[in-house]
Amino acid sequence: MDVKTLVEDKVPPQIEPGVPPELKPDLEPAGPLGLAGLPLGFEFSPLNVRRWRNFRANRRGFWSLWLFLILFVVSLCAEFIANDKPLFIHFDGKSYFPVFVTYPDTEFGDDLGTAADYRDPHLQNFLAEHSATVIWAPIRFSYNTINDNPPSAFPSKPTWLLNAADCDFAAKNGYAKCGTLEYNWLGTDDQGRDVLARLIYGFRISVLFGLALTIVSSIIGVAAGAVQGYFGGWTDLLFQRFIEIWTSVPELYLLLIISSVLVPGFFVLLGILLLFSWVRLVGLVRAEFLRGRNFEYIQAARALGVSNAVIMFRHLLPNAMVATMTFLPFIMSSSVMTLTALDFLGFGLPPGSASLGELLSQGKANVQAPWLGLTGFFTVALMLSLLIFIGEAVRDAFDPRKTFA
Amino acid sequence: MSENLCLSVRDLSIAFHSGGRRMLAVDRVSFDIVKGECTALVGESGSGKSATALSVLRLLPYPAASHPSGQILFHGRDLLQLSERDMRKVRGDDITIVFQEPMTSLNPLHTIEKQIGEILLLHRGLTGAPARARTLEVLTQVGIPDPEIRLKSYPHQLSGGQRQRVMIAMALANEPDLLIADEPTTALDVTVQAQIIALLKDIQARLGMSLLFITHDLGIVRKIAQRVCVMKSGNIVEQGAVERVFAAPQHAYTRALLAAEPRPDPAPPQPNAPVVLQTDQLRVWFPITRGLMRKVVGHVKACDGLSIALRKGETLGVVGESGSGKSTLGRAILRLISSEGPIVFMGHNLQGLRFKEMRPFRRDMQIVFQDPYGSLSPRMSVAEIIKEGLTVHHPHLPERERDRRVVQALIDVGLDPATRFRFPHEFSGGQRQRIAVARALVLEPSFIVLDEPTSALDMLIQAQMVDLLRDLQKRHNLTYLFISHDLRVVAALASRLLVMRHGQVVEAGEAAELFRNPKTDYTRALFAAAFKLETAPEGVVAQ
Repeated sequence: MDVKTLVEDKVPPQIEPGVPPELKPDLEPAGPLGLAGLPLGFEFSPLNVRRWRNFRANRRGFWSLWLFLILFVVSLCAEFIANDKPLFIHFDGKSYFPVFVTYPDTEFGDDLGTAADYRDPHLQNFLAEHSATVIWAPIRFSYNTINDNPPSAFPSKPTWLLNAADCDFAAKNGYAKCGTLEYNWLGTDDQGRDVLARLIYGFRISVLFGLALTIVSSIIGVAAGAVQGYFGGWTDLLFQRFIEIWTSVPELYLLLIISSVLVPGFFVLLGILLLFSWVRLVGLVRAEFLRGRNFEYIQAARALGVSNAVIMFRHLLPNAMVATMTFLPFIMSSSVMTLTALDFLGFGLPPGSASLGELLSQGKANVQAPWLGLTGFFTVALMLSLLIFIGEAVRDAFDPRKTFA
Repeated sequence: MSENLCLSVRDLSIAFHSGGRRMLAVDRVSFDIVKGECTALVGESGSGKSATALSVLRLLPYPAASHPSGQILFHGRDLLQLSERDMRKVRGDDITIVFQEPMTSLNPLHTIEKQIGEILLLHRGLTGAPARARTLEVLTQVGIPDPEIRLKSYPHQLSGGQRQRVMIAMALANEPDLLIADEPTTALDVTVQAQIIALLKDIQARLGMSLLFITHDLGIVRKIAQRVCVMKSGNIVEQGAVERVFAAPQHAYTRALLAAEPRPDPAPPQPNAPVVLQTDQLRVWFPITRGLMRKVVGHVKACDGLSIALRKGETLGVVGESGSGKSTLGRAILRLISSEGPIVFMGHNLQGLRFKEMRPFRRDMQIVFQDPYGSLSPRMSVAEIIKEGLTVHHPHLPERERDRRVVQALIDVGLDPATRFRFPHEFSGGQRQRIAVARALVLEPSFIVLDEPTSALDMLIQAQMVDLLRDLQKRHNLTYLFISHDLRVVAALASRLLVMRHGQVVEAGEAAELFRNPKTDYTRALFAAAFKLETAPEGVVAQ
């Protein structure tokens, strides 16, 4: 190695090379954006630039994040991807948006006055006769739409798996003929609902639920941990004993009991799970605050007369946030798992709602229909793996030894 | 290689890699260690002295560190080329090392016997009675009292000085040819430092081994070393016999280091100035509780009946060995820890005031801490750090005025105000300490507690810091409570002196008079250790 080329990027004199490089302060003069020196807020501090670089360096986690975000955004638009109502109808000089507005079927030549059922062949014929422009979502089923024209008894196979024998069977037993079938890409469940549509909606509700539970329980957990760690003494002692008792309550049984008493719904479940999930971060944040409150810069802030709330929020919380952020993806994956488990046991979301747990339990009940169980399994496995990979990358990103390397 | 050379470092370079960048920490240094001599590596932090020493034992974090060039010849073998297996045989047997921090370099879960026994087992296969005999022998050699009893002790049962002695005992156990001492006294009290230096010097002479001593303190070099290498920015700028280098330094940097003694020019005592701060029998007792009901069985008396009076424009130096309660005194006065007894500040008794009631007084009394790395929040820019006090005490000040005061404070402490949007980690230790002073100054206080503000800094920076503090005191007519164990710095600043031990005042008076004429053995021992690195007779100071 040529020594002369090295001399140019010699270490600045204030750095102690005796310290292993992972403990050395950040040498970088400014972030790659060149904005590090400006008071632009938290996002552009060189520390965070470096964290982002560490995160990206973990390729698996980085791509997992992108894949997860794409899946999440796609599932957020579930209504435009899988819906039993058309996205847009232009008919008789008027434009209709059935996705957003419920129109009575009188608009489309029927006379019942009920909400229009766009999958009704009657209505479809009517629209065709009047040469209306109809734009459908790619999948013409919603999560609760029943396929009226199945090729077999429910649950029916994914349409592309149907073979000649299946078609013969359908023809003989009065089921829909193979040529006239609507595609069920992943088949239907035992109530005739399209599995792919249910999957998209189920994924969305799982992720939203996981996010909500993670955020709310983190806020509560961080606040509780902060108070305990900062004030210490009796506050800490009493709170800790309370948490010990609280966590020794058998969680799952209590959840089962409560959810059989209360009518389960998204927010009721959120509340019930929250009762137990907030404790997870408390110990971590408490430890960070206990450690942090004796730092000299905390003492200095107290000597300046800064109030406790401000010290906790501005000086101590950022320290604790590192630990919290590292844990978030893991908490989220376990939240998703808890919801799926409750759904699987039938104590989760109300019957009829799209849920991955219910799909899994159908798979268990219908072993002859492997597309149910396999779909559920692969979806849950993919979602949890992505979250774990992201979590690992976040952990790398916040690793102080790498951050200051 | 000539016969009497112990170790020969040739063209050694050390590079650190991180995130695709490479920094050269040490650039082609060469030096020799003669058998039975002590060679000192001197330099400020960042000069590469520790990295050089660690690379002799290949203890750097490879592969993040590498050696682009060089040889380290020991008994005719290049240590850099040895296999890891052969290297392990060298470590702890032929070459041993004593680190800076005695608190963390011993395993807290092992007894002293086990820690020393391990190194005997590894290299000599000694166990049982012979191992114990050898352990006792080295413990006696390093002057541990009652070595039989100490065999069963855990590190936390020993004082810092004793732990460092145990570290040295471990290093001596296999009679090494070379002992590397990496700032072995930096974390210790001056009195203990003098004892350890005397011990190392004595052992080196007795066993005839070579010593590589790393330090930033030229006083120690003069005391212990025969040869000295002065390092700066990864280069050895000067090397030679100690007498020659001290008498006729060739390089400008060596001359600067030698001249880096803090200039003694303390503010004169002001017997007629108004009293700023007065305490009467101030007590800080920490209860010792036992048992289930947490019954109080005794007290740790950190401060036990301290009465001080501080007049405007004066500096009261508080000195004493560690554990004597000097820092506790500073924090009790600022009411950062609870205490008993009146604290009268500018005519108001602060004792018993609630947090909110204290706030108006906090503007006038500020503190600067020891650790320039720990006392600044790493997540706030320098401007935010300095501004924080203004936000609390002048909440209605317009933003522009606040910024103006921040800029003024930075100029006051000699920093470029343009750097105020940077984060603390982009500054060196001395600069950070200046930021901490600026944070205290921006509120225009009349009284500042300086809690060992220079002890984490290099010699050169220390002298600059002392000049800065003195200059600020003159300009703003500040009153200081200066807490330090470094008597050279205290001598440069204090108008009056308070010598503490075990939470009590041993001696107090005008600094000039006290330095000239100390009354007690304890004070004399402190002075001898600090100014001449001489040890005191047993029992006068802590071991």
